[in-house]
Amino acid sequence: MALLTKKDASLITDPLADNNPITIQVLGICSALAITAELKASVVMAVSVLFVLAIGNVVISLMRNIIPSKIRIIVQLIVVATLVIIVDQVLKAFAYELSKTLSVFVGLIITNCIIMGRFEAFALANGPWKSFLDGIGNSLGYGLILIIVGFFRELLGSGTLFGYPVLGNPIEKTGLYSIGYENNGFMIIPPAALIVVGIIIWVQRSRNPALVEDN
Amino acid sequence: MSDKKLTFKKRLHILKHHYRGKKMAPAFNALHTFLFAPDETTHNGSHVRAADDLKRTMNTVIMALVPVLLFSMFNAGYQHFSAINGFPQEFSLVNDFLTWDNFWIGIIKVLPLVVVSYGVGLLVEFIFAVIKGHEVEEGYLVTGMLVPLIVPIDTPLWMLSVAVVFGVVIGKEVFGGTGMNILNPALTIRAFLFFAYPTWMSGDKVWVYQAVERAGGPDAISGETILGYLAQNKGAEMSYSVSDMFFGFIPGSVGETSTFLILLGGLFLIFSKIASWRIMLSAVIGSLVMGLIFNGVVDQGWIGETSKFYGLMSFDFWQHLIVGGLAFGIVYMATDPVTGAQTNRGKWFYGFFIGFLSVMIRVFNPAYPEGVFLAILLMNVFAPTIDHYVVRGNVKRRLKRLKNATILPKDSAGKANELHAETA
Repeated sequence: MALLTKKDASLITDPLADNNPITIQVLGICSALAITAELKASVVMAVSVLFVLAIGNVVISLMRNIIPSKIRIIVQLIVVATLVIIVDQVLKAFAYELSKTLSVFVGLIITNCIIMGRFEAFALANGPWKSFLDGIGNSLGYGLILIIVGFFRELLGSGTLFGYPVLGNPIEKTGLYSIGYENNGFMIIPPAALIVVGIIIWVQRSRNPALVEDN
Repeated sequence: MSDKKLTFKKRLHILKHHYRGKKMAPAFNALHTFLFAPDETTHNGSHVRAADDLKRTMNTVIMALVPVLLFSMFNAGYQHFSAINGFPQEFSLVNDFLTWDNFWIGIIKVLPLVVVSYGVGLLVEFIFAVIKGHEVEEGYLVTGMLVPLIVPIDTPLWMLSVAVVFGVVIGKEVFGGTGMNILNPALTIRAFLFFAYPTWMSGDKVWVYQAVERAGGPDAISGETILGYLAQNKGAEMSYSVSDMFFGFIPGSVGETSTFLILLGGLFLIFSKIASWRIMLSAVIGSLVMGLIFNGVVDQGWIGETSKFYGLMSFDFWQHLIVGGLAFGIVYMATDPVTGAQTNRGKWFYGFFIGFLSVMIRVFNPAYPEGVFLAILLMNVFAPTIDHYVVRGNVKRRLKRLKNATILPKDSAGKANELHAETA
């Protein structure tokens, strides 16, 4: 790879699996529970976090030597808030219906633990290019889980993917519904996301026992 | 012994030895120990010889459930034919209830539920035993019998299978299998069904065989539960007498209706010392107290007849015990030794709140006038906390006694202070 050194590439690939923000660091769970009932919302959320985290990491990294450490949290908050407002306004302008589905959760990206976590743990100690890659990697890891959870919840809960009915029509009883299949209402409610995330964590740790913590 | 005289038991022994150490060994061992006592004994260490192993305990509970199951098979037919032809004017137990026609409906509707519950549940247990390489545990024996008894009779079998897989895997295996689960697996399965497929778990169509298929047609039938009638303030339209409710000739989940047989099963479990009488008694007290409070509220005139809670709140407090799943839940579910409180004092709290919350949820639940399974699951979660405080309280009390003792050995007062500092 000419573009990325091996070390740089690992900044992107690590958070996808063995250092995933949701399944390993257990950060950003709240939004993963709240907005994953539909795949579309999951994707938009993933893209929004990608934008905020990548740009935010670069900005913080550029300012890292001039931020007084006592007020660094406030400075970080201002950076996140600015970026989140940009995302929120863009969504409201170009995808109004979707922004209503996501409602407060776009605004709550500000409090998403992953973002503050990466600012604190990485951007304050590394250069802008590395911070940028780290932001991309972590938000991709976050988005990957969001999309997996959203896929299963929308498929099993509503029988659709991105809003398109893939299993047939539940009212006219076509497709799978003609043989008695029914949507699983449990998948629509947020606790189901907790269980799906739990199953992902379970599968991941049984495939790679090195991830299991010692008690 | 010549080869011809090999018994079935002997063949299984040989099969088991053949597979020893191989991947599928737990599956064969399970089949073997399910049918026969194992042929090997442990070799080192000292052991307690006791007749009441896990399998014996489980079998006792199943014995207590058999009358309920048989009754439910007759009741399945009785409710079906009564919904079509009307309830008999002069009820005769032999002519109207214990008939072959009624039992046949039970065979074609209740038995498949039992078979699917055991088949799917044991399959999951076998798979986990093989993957994890441990012996198959008996834990599913009771759960598998409870599950068909706490679902509506028209529950589609595939839904039951999905729920059983969910309940056994998420409710039990992820915590480490039998004896390690936090939530009662049977109730986890029930709760999953309730939240996943609410239209199949509530309403007036699911409690009677064929009511769903006939809905909307000229020969439509329905069978609302008593709690359903009360929740709609239609208590006056009910044709069930108190003795119907007590003996169980009413619609409801498959096995929950007959309080009489559940009572007998409960007494059997108490006398065989399998289930805790403390939990049962305190749960009964808890539900009576909550029922009395609601009755009192109605008597005071704070809740008028126009209120949507009037029907359930004005229902006689003691009758809560003989309708719905309360009796079944108290006797067979709340007393689960794994998920319930372990300390004697804790059992009183645990049981009391199960009864108390059951009636409370029953009255206030907007979607479904029943709450026993939710109350028990909630208290399952709190059981370890209750035990923790009971044990802490005991430690504190004994330390206090040690401190206040008049005749002390030389250094025990200092020791007590030391201990106190540690616990505080």
